[in-house]
Amino acid sequence: MTATTTRRAASQGAEPPPRRPARKSGLREGRAAWLLALPFSLLFLTFTLWPVVQSLFMSFTDTRSRDLRTPFAVAFVGLDNFTRAFGDAKFLTSAGNTAYFVLVGVPLTLTMALAAALALDKGITKFRSVFRLGFYTPVITSIVAVAVVWRFLLQPDYGLFNTVLGWFGIDGPNWLGDPNWSMPALIMLASWRNFGTGMIIFLAGLQSVPWSLHEAAAIDGANALQRFRHITLPLLRPTLLFVSVTTAIGYLQFFEEPFVMTRGGPLDSTLSMSMYTYQQFGFGNYGYAAAMSYIIFVVIAVVTALQFRLLRENT
Amino acid sequence: MITKRKGHLWLYAVLTVAVVAVIAPFVWMVLGSFKSEGELRQVPPTWLPESASLDNYRQLFSRLDFTTYFTNSIIVAVVVVAGNLLFCSMLGYALALLEFPGKRPLFAVVMATLMIPGVVTFVPLFVLVANAGLINSLPGLILPFLVTPFGVFLMRQFFLGLPRDLLDAGRVDGAGELRIFAQIFLPLAGPALATLGILTFLGSWNNFLWPLVVAQTEDHYTLPVALALYSVGQNSTQYGLLLAGSTVVLAPVLLVFLIFQRRFIEGIATTGIK
Repeated sequence: MTATTTRRAASQGAEPPPRRPARKSGLREGRAAWLLALPFSLLFLTFTLWPVVQSLFMSFTDTRSRDLRTPFAVAFVGLDNFTRAFGDAKFLTSAGNTAYFVLVGVPLTLTMALAAALALDKGITKFRSVFRLGFYTPVITSIVAVAVVWRFLLQPDYGLFNTVLGWFGIDGPNWLGDPNWSMPALIMLASWRNFGTGMIIFLAGLQSVPWSLHEAAAIDGANALQRFRHITLPLLRPTLLFVSVTTAIGYLQFFEEPFVMTRGGPLDSTLSMSMYTYQQFGFGNYGYAAAMSYIIFVVIAVVTALQFRLLRENT
Repeated sequence: MITKRKGHLWLYAVLTVAVVAVIAPFVWMVLGSFKSEGELRQVPPTWLPESASLDNYRQLFSRLDFTTYFTNSIIVAVVVVAGNLLFCSMLGYALALLEFPGKRPLFAVVMATLMIPGVVTFVPLFVLVANAGLINSLPGLILPFLVTPFGVFLMRQFFLGLPRDLLDAGRVDGAGELRIFAQIFLPLAGPALATLGILTFLGSWNNFLWPLVVAQTEDHYTLPVALALYSVGQNSTQYGLLLAGSTVVLAPVLLVFLIFQRRFIEGIATTGIK
């Protein structure tokens, strides 16, 4: 091949020699690249992109489960599904529950994660990996196994929770049976289950906080709290943003905890938006479920943008 | 200066209490799996089993078909991990190091889907799989998870960090494009592949909602599905059995995590920060 290229280049005289080989290898490169991209692209197109587009389409139609064999027989209903959602008392309840879960759960999870990371980063020198493993175990555990155990721990009479509360003379509530306590119980469960992920990311972020800064500030008489506020926290801002965004995205979709623990009850007190969407899917209201899933998507996008604004700009 | 040692004994104490509180449910779960049904119902509950026995485990694998569920979980996880490692690294490499028409839009679309919540695709995906006749089959459990946008993102970021000179050197030596990928770049991607592999394994092993909907007969259940259905079905009264089942679900991931702990944490850290 090199020989032919040279000969051609020579025969064309004036043309700069590197041009032709470059284009030829560019073509080869492009072909190889697409060959590498092909398996992913096909699977991605079929199992991710197509469902995303179809879901959007469905959300503007009255598709129900029986329409699946004749997908072109469904009627366009415009924004009806979306307006219906905002007039649906149950959907609004689920939105309120989700907001409650996110507004309490995210700060709580972040605080637990940061506290654990700070303690493991600078506070101790021994057994670090043992503590880390302990804090991380809930993250890698199946939610089903978690539910089996937690349902028992949260039992009103002889569950571990109320037994411990009893030591301090507190008469613990019927956690999962009382509409006022079911959500706090799930928030506790979710924070326990998720703070390990944030902890690991904070630990990585803390490595970028130089110890020398702390020493300098200590010489100037700054105490631990002041050093945390004025050195660690500002330097940790990008990590904080990342953890808070990913946690919020996860919590806005919260589904598994109520699904395995309470089925949304009692009295819809733990019904989340994702869970209500799933229920509508179960009832065969595909168009309506798709519309609600896009509402969740928009909420996620807005909350994410908001966090970028808040955590990035002001200092 | 700041004394790193002095006065930190209290921190060890606080951390110990915290870690005990965090893992108490697991300790209770494992201990409970060796207890008899009668002992589990005792009030007040016991911590250590009065007479430890393997009865619950024996029943899981003889009376219930946990061997099948375990096998299904393993098959699904292994294939899903292999698919993600191979296909995501292929595209990740192409996006990081090669030029090709359509590269930018492809990357943009893949990244855009990262933010789309699972519920959005759930319904159409179910319809798609149902129409393809894949409900209640292993391919139906595997195919939707064989590639993930996150995997592409992770691998692309990693390959971007490798020196481009390797590519040029390979070309000068006359190696074909695919060979350069497979024999020069892929062997260097060990850390990223390990991270992606472990995260994908965890995700697949603990995946719950999709298999619950797709697997409809016992021979296609995965472990979490079986456990979830038993915990509400006629066996829900046999609490010891459920605790043993939960332990069986947790053991493999805990083992994987113990072995790869260091790499895994580095990996999460890199994906988190970048």
